[in-house]
Amino acid sequence: MRAFTTIDGLVAPMDRANVDTDAIIPKQFLKSIKKSGFGPNLFDEWRYLDIGEPGQDCSTRPENPDFVLNQPRYRGAEILLARENFGCGSSREHAPWALDDFGIRVIIAPSFAEIFHGNCFKNGLLPIVLAPATVSRMFRETEDIEGYRLRVDLATETITTPLGDRIPFTVDPFRKDCLLRGLDDIGLTLRHEADIRDYERRRRAVEPWLFG
Amino acid sequence: MTARTLYEKLWASHLVREEADGTALLYIDRHLVNEVTSAQAFEGLRIGGRKPWRIDTVLATADHNVPTTAARASGIDDPISRLQVDTLDANCRELGIRQYGMLDPLQGIVHVIGPELGATLPGMTVVCGDSHTTTHGAFAALAFGIGTSEVEHVLASQCLLTRKLKSMRINVTGRLPTGITAKDIVLAVIGRIGTAGGTGYAIEFAGPAIRALSMEGRMTVCNMAIEAGARCGLVAVDDTTIRYLEGRPSAPTGDAWAQAAAFWRTLASDADARFDREVTLDAGEIEPQVTWGTSPEMVTRIGGRVPDPSREADPVRREGMRRALSYMGLAADTPIAEIRIDKVFIGSCTNARIEDLRAAAEVARGRQVADTVRQALVVPGSGAVKRQAEAEGLDRIFVAAGFEWREPGCSMCLGMNDDRLAAGERCASTSNRNFEGRQGAGGRTHLVSPAMAAAAAIAGHFVDVRHF
Repeated sequence: MRAFTTIDGLVAPMDRANVDTDAIIPKQFLKSIKKSGFGPNLFDEWRYLDIGEPGQDCSTRPENPDFVLNQPRYRGAEILLARENFGCGSSREHAPWALDDFGIRVIIAPSFAEIFHGNCFKNGLLPIVLAPATVSRMFRETEDIEGYRLRVDLATETITTPLGDRIPFTVDPFRKDCLLRGLDDIGLTLRHEADIRDYERRRRAVEPWLFG
Repeated sequence: MTARTLYEKLWASHLVREEADGTALLYIDRHLVNEVTSAQAFEGLRIGGRKPWRIDTVLATADHNVPTTAARASGIDDPISRLQVDTLDANCRELGIRQYGMLDPLQGIVHVIGPELGATLPGMTVVCGDSHTTTHGAFAALAFGIGTSEVEHVLASQCLLTRKLKSMRINVTGRLPTGITAKDIVLAVIGRIGTAGGTGYAIEFAGPAIRALSMEGRMTVCNMAIEAGARCGLVAVDDTTIRYLEGRPSAPTGDAWAQAAAFWRTLASDADARFDREVTLDAGEIEPQVTWGTSPEMVTRIGGRVPDPSREADPVRREGMRRALSYMGLAADTPIAEIRIDKVFIGSCTNARIEDLRAAAEVARGRQVADTVRQALVVPGSGAVKRQAEAEGLDRIFVAAGFEWREPGCSMCLGMNDDRLAAGERCASTSNRNFEGRQGAGGRTHLVSPAMAAAAAIAGHFVDVRHF
């Protein structure tokens, strides 16, 4: 997995609660058997004026000029500012794959849906939970200050704003370590192979019908 | 020993190891696999040169992409869908995974066939690359939806890396009135606690109204625990659970059955177990539920009205309501019973089991789908459900009333096959998500129970099934 250390990125505000994974990447694009190439269809139904289908050349499709990520001042954003319960809905990992492929590296919100939150970490994306009032302040600043950027430092768990504020955040220590070092979960787990075998022996004695 | 919740018992019995920071390796007993979220996991396994840990725990089926018309016998037209289904076939063949492919008589929605086959058993941990894996919690199994990276992780190690959840108990007291179903209970719960109300929790559904539900009703309730934000829903084992499982193809038999059943009866929260949060609902006060917005928490009773955003104090919520009403093409204060529909979908992992079809058929019997309804689909959850329904003559009731009788699959719940809403079309749906575009770009979804969906099909608008 790609490591995450620091990022200094442009911020785009997605000012709606309960943004679900069907909105992040609509189902017609889930038929791919690859992990890449989902970026052009990120937020497809909000982003384009026509109806998206797999295999289209998205560069020629009519864009919705009102959609935040299409506005010139937010082009190239790497940090997405969001509201409550971001990423709710299905377990599709295509959602973080699409965000990543589009270029988003950090999502800041007051809360995330759990499956999505976990899926981000496994793909080198950093979801950051901040207090609702702090997020609201960032929304105001993002709208007031064109070119609003944040510096996110995972090692020190701090965000620095253009106004010089330093905002602390916390990340699960295990997830933080994996992200900083770009570690693969499976390799880590398989170091405990002997523990898994021991567990299977103990469990088989109690619930033998599960071990046909 | 201190009193434990059902969740704590299941957590403890699957814990392989736990680090000081709370990161835990949880052992997985059953891994359900579908075509949409598995291809990249199998590919990752191959690239990493890794072998599956315990192939006997894996059960696969193609459900999301499959056509539901009889024409599917001659294959899938859409080349991209076909590639995904073929890829699952190839992966299962290569690794020797038990699969119920599209044309297998036992094929169906993975959350319908797992329990039906007895492949979901009490005391198990169950995972699947699909958020509605919560369904299996009805059997006192710890069941989580997982992402594709985790599918690969479980294939390779038989374990899930996770952390312990908090516990919530939702007590549904009293008796469920006639005409009120498990779907109405769970929609009322989501209306109460919100779509993020269960985030960070394992929810145990308890109380006399839950005990009185059949296993199918309990599956409907647990299925939508994810719509309340919870990673898993649970119901304790009782006689209903044991009776459902006896004789299922993958359930233990003989001495093993007796031993298993005795063990399963310990799978309930201890009387004085403490929960981090408790919520109580009176079943007697639940009325038929209909969603009006684009999130399952945007729900009211059939006798209610579309709410007015201007009366909402919270600005983020107010804006969300405005956006939802605009998308749904609804005006504030419209009576729910005056909302006219274009399509009806009876199906999905929430409501496509035999009891659901019986309830819908009971309403449809001898009546006709309204002229203004363009399409009314009935999509059984599995081949077994379909055959059972046909043996009972339910298919003939539906067809005579003007419904289409289809082959099993996820179908219009998420429209990955050809069963979709067109932009602006309004649907009474027994599925689980009313998100924007869920059933088709621009489509408008109202979530209801099977009986309410059938009644809406006949009337052409929502109607109180209790007086229908």
